[in-house]
Amino acid sequence: MDWSFVLTQTLTQAIGIQAIIYCLAAIGLNVQFGYTGLLNFGQVAFVAAGSYAVGVIVLTFDLSLWLAIVVGVIVALVIALILGIPTLRLRADYLAIVTIAFSELVRLTVRSIAFKDVLGGAQGLNGKLGQDFHDTNPLPADFQSLPVLSWTRQDLWVVIVGWILVALFTLLVWLLVRSPWGRIVRGIREDEAAVVSLGKNVFAYKLQALMLGGVIGAFGGIVWAVAKQSVQPDTFRPEFTFFAYTILLLGGAARVFGPIVGAILFWMILAGTGEFLGQAIQAGWIDFLQPTDVGNIRFVLMGSGLIALMVFRPQGIFGDRRELALDAK
Amino acid sequence: MLIAVRAAVSALVLAVLSLLGVTILGASAAHAVDATLVGNFTAPDGSSIPDVSITVSDDAGFSDTATSDANGDFAIPLPGGGTYAIEIDVTTLPDGIALETPEDASRSLLVLGGEKKIITKLVEGEGGGGNDGGFLDVSGDQVLQLLFDGVLFGIMIALGALGLNLVFGTTGLTNFSHGDLLTLGAFTALILNEAGLHIIIAAPIAIVIAAVLFGWGQNKVLWRPLRRRKTGLIAMMIITIGLAIVIRYGVALFFGGAPRNFNQYAGQAGIEIGPVSTTPKALILAGLATIALILTVIWVQRSRIGKATRAVSDNPALASATGIDVEKVIAVVWTLAAGLAAFSGIYLGLTQDNIWNMGQRVLLIIFASVILGGLGTVYGAIIGALVVGVFIQLTSLVIPTEMKTVGALFVMIVILMIRPQGILGRRERVG
Repeated sequence: MDWSFVLTQTLTQAIGIQAIIYCLAAIGLNVQFGYTGLLNFGQVAFVAAGSYAVGVIVLTFDLSLWLAIVVGVIVALVIALILGIPTLRLRADYLAIVTIAFSELVRLTVRSIAFKDVLGGAQGLNGKLGQDFHDTNPLPADFQSLPVLSWTRQDLWVVIVGWILVALFTLLVWLLVRSPWGRIVRGIREDEAAVVSLGKNVFAYKLQALMLGGVIGAFGGIVWAVAKQSVQPDTFRPEFTFFAYTILLLGGAARVFGPIVGAILFWMILAGTGEFLGQAIQAGWIDFLQPTDVGNIRFVLMGSGLIALMVFRPQGIFGDRRELALDAK
Repeated sequence: MLIAVRAAVSALVLAVLSLLGVTILGASAAHAVDATLVGNFTAPDGSSIPDVSITVSDDAGFSDTATSDANGDFAIPLPGGGTYAIEIDVTTLPDGIALETPEDASRSLLVLGGEKKIITKLVEGEGGGGNDGGFLDVSGDQVLQLLFDGVLFGIMIALGALGLNLVFGTTGLTNFSHGDLLTLGAFTALILNEAGLHIIIAAPIAIVIAAVLFGWGQNKVLWRPLRRRKTGLIAMMIITIGLAIVIRYGVALFFGGAPRNFNQYAGQAGIEIGPVSTTPKALILAGLATIALILTVIWVQRSRIGKATRAVSDNPALASATGIDVEKVIAVVWTLAAGLAAFSGIYLGLTQDNIWNMGQRVLLIIFASVILGGLGTVYGAIIGALVVGVFIQLTSLVIPTEMKTVGALFVMIVILMIRPQGILGRRERVG
């Protein structure tokens, strides 16, 4: 049993690339669900939009990554419009069903053989997707590795820029929720009728929240594509969205730092249990499990955690119960 | 290249790995069984072929049948090394696709251990159409066949949709784990079946167990206490998500990632009725399911508790004031919903196969049905399911088979734009 390996892996993943991707998706959800009360179960569609924008623009059309980022943002905005216009006037559960259906629709479409030439089919798009970004890497070429944290030179650069992105979006959300705009969207969450009676266009505010959250989610997808240099359709399953929800609810919805705390804790727990179980099985401590069971166990743990959170502490670790009066509207 | 990698790892492991994107698991991703037969069906144009049936057996009495998944991949766990007879059911290949060497349909293979990949080369030609899914020369028979398949599929979906709508009607809960009730029902039957009971005996027992344990029990342990605590509906919806994930990956943990068949009727010979070909089991199941649907409708319309159910759906507070025991009605509805879901799951397991994510695969189709028919309505669920079932089958004339579901989901979104209350829903429900 290699305890130091378990520990360093856990730490590396807790603040690693995956944590950043999920954190960005959760910041987007925080705007949509935490502050505005929109039950968006299709956040992964926005993430996929970001990833595929990078894949298609850079690989299929051989254009610059920076253009791809612009396209990713535009596609996310368009998706938010397509999703929002028919559903934001309806009740919360309709939005939930339609967004989850839309995210699956996106996944099934991008992996389809019909668009294989552009979108790569079930194999996705693989190649030098993030080259433009990795060329800007200022780290010394002979960089080996940090103590404890086992990132390559390339990964470390992604991690640094990723956390800067997280900080920028967190700052943006912080500024927004303190502004009149933030007060109105929180008002919509608490009592839509009251906001309507003040003469506000509730629909427009909801749409803006959906678009902003979607764009932040798309940046998660962009980071993913750049870091992994690959876009795989089947990574964009609905489970991604529910991971992001768990992260948001763990840290505390409607809290500016909720997604950051949630993402780090979530990956610490997930990576920790995964590494520990994997090592324990290899060391022969647990003989009734196979190494392939570890993935399933982590999912079961995560689902149980989500249930327990909602039942016992819906406001999360740092949340305020008064702030988050979860109810169908 | 990636196809090879995909085939080399079971679909489940890949899904988990790629979702988590963790490289560290890669090192520990060994095989769950000593030996596995893997392979892939890909058409000459590069598209994956799902639902191709392949059977492996050996002299010692081992026999297992699997079907290729949406990626065209299949994986069959073997008890260990040895010589196996492998048989590909060429009738399950799509029209216009055949084996390059017909002898490949049946072969003998020595497996030493680990993952043994078999190569199956497919060519265009033989049997039917020959054109790759072109829709310009669709025959009338083909349309009839798809209509027939669509109605049968719709009846199965209706069982699930009806239960979902009953629960929604009485409690307002949109249950995202309803699909996994199908899985639980099917795997309950599978456990009984593998314990030696014939599926004809195992199925009704499983339905009763599922109804009591996963319906009545689930309501008693989870939902009733939450309602007492006045937990909000959105919080409950998120809880159903967590529950769905626990059930799905719990089933995967205990039963593995490979699809399983019931011991009986797995490969039943087809029959021809006029221009339509089907199997006896599909007809019998559709008949039984229709009876179950009709009985449920009569129960809701005529029986005392059925009427109480409708009263609770309309206005729980008023129903309670007139002396109806709302909690009792909800308990009955949960029991019924889980029973219907279990029936639907066994139906799905008998006509396709039992796999950990079988319920998730149909959940969105169930949602599309109830939104089309009207969320919370009894007749709406049935009509919506039949329309969606037929629609899904018929769209395969014009779009690739793998995108069938996309059409249904797209229509659902369009319906919400035009008539959000669905065909039979009432305006005020939409709010």
